[in-house]
Amino acid sequence: MDRPIRVVIAKLGLDGHDRGAKIIARALRDAGMEVIYTGLRQTPENIVEIAIQEDADAIGLSSLSGAHNHLFPKVPERLREKGAEDILVFGGGVIPEKDIAPLKEAGIAAIFTPGTTTTSVIEFIRENVGR
Amino acid sequence: MTTTRATDNKDDIIKNSSEIEIKRIYTPDDLSDRSYQEDLSFPGEFPYTRGVQPTMYRSRFWTMRQYAGFASAEESNNRYKYLLKQGQTGLSIAFDLPTQIGYDSDHALSQGEVGKVGVAIDSLEDMEILLKDLPLDQISVSMTINSPAPVLLAMYIAVAKKNGIPLEKLSGTIQNDILKEYIARGTYIFPITPSMRLITDIFKYCADEVPKWNTISISGYHIREAGATAVQEIAFTLANGIAYVDAAIKAGLDVDDFGPRLSFFFNAHNDLFEEVAKFRAARRMWARIMRDRFHAKNPKSMMLRFHTQTAGCTLTAQQPENNVVRVAMQALSAVLGGTQSLHTNSRDEALALPSEQAAKIALRTQQILAYESGVTETVDPLAGSYYVESLTNEIEEKALAYIRTIDEMGGVQRAIEKNYMQQEIQDSAYTYQKEIESASRIVVGVNKFQVEEDVASDLMYVDPKVEEIQQRKLATLKGTRDQAKTSAALAAMREASRTDENLMPFIVKAVEAYATIGEICGVLREEFGEYKQAF
Repeated sequence: MDRPIRVVIAKLGLDGHDRGAKIIARALRDAGMEVIYTGLRQTPENIVEIAIQEDADAIGLSSLSGAHNHLFPKVPERLREKGAEDILVFGGGVIPEKDIAPLKEAGIAAIFTPGTTTTSVIEFIRENVGR
Repeated sequence: MTTTRATDNKDDIIKNSSEIEIKRIYTPDDLSDRSYQEDLSFPGEFPYTRGVQPTMYRSRFWTMRQYAGFASAEESNNRYKYLLKQGQTGLSIAFDLPTQIGYDSDHALSQGEVGKVGVAIDSLEDMEILLKDLPLDQISVSMTINSPAPVLLAMYIAVAKKNGIPLEKLSGTIQNDILKEYIARGTYIFPITPSMRLITDIFKYCADEVPKWNTISISGYHIREAGATAVQEIAFTLANGIAYVDAAIKAGLDVDDFGPRLSFFFNAHNDLFEEVAKFRAARRMWARIMRDRFHAKNPKSMMLRFHTQTAGCTLTAQQPENNVVRVAMQALSAVLGGTQSLHTNSRDEALALPSEQAAKIALRTQQILAYESGVTETVDPLAGSYYVESLTNEIEEKALAYIRTIDEMGGVQRAIEKNYMQQEIQDSAYTYQKEIESASRIVVGVNKFQVEEDVASDLMYVDPKVEEIQQRKLATLKGTRDQAKTSAALAAMREASRTDENLMPFIVKAVEAYATIGEICGVLREEFGEYKQAF
């Protein structure tokens, strides 16, 4: 690997719960990755633009407000529109079990629910980032 | 070797999450330099360490006030009626994120969010449905709304007026605590200065028009949920309180004009004795701050009255039935700590909004505590415990140190701009997470005693159709209201926002003219600008 893995961590939608997103961002940094944390109230379009501009390898989406079914799929969709579908997309937050399969079909490679460890997220990114 | 939880080696130093060393045993020597009269006194007497009323739960239980709201006003109204029927004694309204951030249900940013974390309220019409047939002259209603608090308060007042209820009879609370939004919760709209103006406008307006209303619920709950320690929770909350009092005095109010109607909101977390000590320390600190720093004369200005919610962040998605036990113990700490009002979380907290069944069990938890446990029969039962009094003293000392640091920075507004509290909270959150991942902190069912999990069933699910329904209602409203009246009211409000006139009467007029929350906040967004988050 010639440069560290670069990840965008984003809060999608109006949700303001950023404890988890910030912890993930910091854990990834501690693991040697470069992390761009976008802050709150990001739109799918914003996030994809940042990821492309920053030449990111992966995007992590966070939502605890129940808007994930509507908002998460828009990110892989937008990446495809921009020809950047090689960017790995994963998500986390308060996401019911039954929503996970449809989200995966929409292009979210993994969903991390309450109780997830930071090590599992780090491992997942390392194993799945396609470079 | 330091560790955060009990080990087999009894010589290890154990610290709680506030970094206070917990001794193996406490004795009278730990309190030898303390004075009962000065540091504790009696409940209902300065510094109120033992409680703000002399008789506390012997004459009246805390208000059982379950936070609720979802989807449409009709559905939420039904849930309130259900909870009142089950014995709840006060109401607490949860609004959806678009409402909390001043967007109508048809705004682009509202997509996917309408009705999801609370009820969607776009206009007075929705509020009238939300409060239909509820005895507003007999129960108190708390509304968890911050940036648009003036709008929701105005709607509440408008509904009361339509129902012929005199405003002097209205009892309730609006959270209205913008500082913690910047620090820990994230539903800010406007920058700090105009936000403080709206808050002091409310203090003034209610002092004259709605005297029994708690104009603010200065909150530590969310600060704790974001990862703060118990010490940080009360330190940052009381620092915010100081900032509000400063702002109100600068706006020309006398401290005793609004002091009695300030209220607080704390978290009830896992460590039972630390939590009890925390509540007692907070009361003592606030009493001294109001009397000595702000020269309050009215004892009511010195009494810290608070609502408590059990700690959502401690509840697990794994083996959710265990959460009933966690909540019971957390609720116990709030009661032993002398809370005025309590919300107990539901077992499905980590998974969804409370189902009816889960909400009922949460309410029963309070009722069992109140009617069966006996802890209500004497005031401040843990007073005199060598441990609890020592903890109270140590928490107070550490919290005061934080307040001094913030003062030296130039106050809360400066500290927020420097990301100070936010960083402290993040650091504590990260430490906590590392403890869990290294198993030096055990979470039953998550890093010890795990099972093969069943997929949870009977979870509450908000029908996405709500969004479409709200949008249609909005379209109809805009087509049928007296548009000239609405536009005039909004224009008058805009004019007033450019001066230092009290905005409340203008917002009440706008709301009565069926201006939507998005329209009202839209005008204010144009006039005041929007807050840019620093991180």
